[in-house]
Amino acid sequence: MKYIYDLHKTMLRQSMVVVYEGEVTQDITKAVLAMTERNMDAFGEAGNVKRKVFNVMVECLQNVSKHAENFDAESNAKNNALISIGKDKEEYVIISGNAVLNTDVQMIKGKIDQINVMDDAELKALYKDIIKNGSMSAKGGAGLGLVDMRRKSGNQLGYDFEPINEKLSFFSLKLVISRGGGE
Amino acid sequence: MEVINLEGTEDTPKIILDKKNGMFEISGRSLPEDSAEFYQPILEWLENYKTQLNPTTKFQFKLEYFNTASSKLILDILSKLEEMKDSTKMTVQWFYHEDDEDMQEAGEEFSELVEIPFEFETY
Repeated sequence: MKYIYDLHKTMLRQSMVVVYEGEVTQDITKAVLAMTERNMDAFGEAGNVKRKVFNVMVECLQNVSKHAENFDAESNAKNNALISIGKDKEEYVIISGNAVLNTDVQMIKGKIDQINVMDDAELKALYKDIIKNGSMSAKGGAGLGLVDMRRKSGNQLGYDFEPINEKLSFFSLKLVISRGGGE
Repeated sequence: MEVINLEGTEDTPKIILDKKNGMFEISGRSLPEDSAEFYQPILEWLENYKTQLNPTTKFQFKLEYFNTASSKLILDILSKLEEMKDSTKMTVQWFYHEDDEDMQEAGEEFSELVEIPFEFETY
């Protein structure tokens, strides 16, 4: 059972607020949001930082629940994914990890690279263009999630892809929100 | 006309649509799993209201959070309101918390996407 203590120490060292591994459903999304909110309230976090963290987490969690591929058929769980929220003096760090199809990797990379180099005006124009002209996907997404996370966080999106097998890769997405007020 | 009066929950907004008392309000949090399904009755109500408009319509948004899937549906609601503007004195009141620049900016962007007068109010 020592690994529990090791896990505890790791979480303390990395200042993890919440870590969740498993299927991400709407009920889990609400539970993770509630835990994170309670934690921020307990530490008297500033209202504008709280709202940004909440907003970015909603998009991140709903992205995972809509798009994660099932990579562990034996566990019988769908959408197995990892969500972690950590913080230090300067910032909150939200990380999601989930399986995606290898055939989608280039498309996701391309989207993130494109929005990472955009300035505020370009991001605003892209957001307005998608909301006005884009239609809902079959999975109920508006195609706005990544753009919104980039805008609300005010920081570039970090990402990584690790190959799982010939069909799937593990996609990690990192979002950083400054505690200085988000300017 | 029937009244829509939905209590807000942790992931859906409070909604009041009451023609008789002139109340049109969406407030709270909007992050439902399926935003299109959630807002379908609202859009249908507005389509019906369009055929029996009050002389003035003041539509209030007082949202604390909304997800991007909801933002698409909010624009659909605003587009419906825009279709009515020649037959009712239409105003949108957009409330935001005084230090919530993101919600203020979201309202400004919506106001640029439809041709309806917006009034901005802080709380």
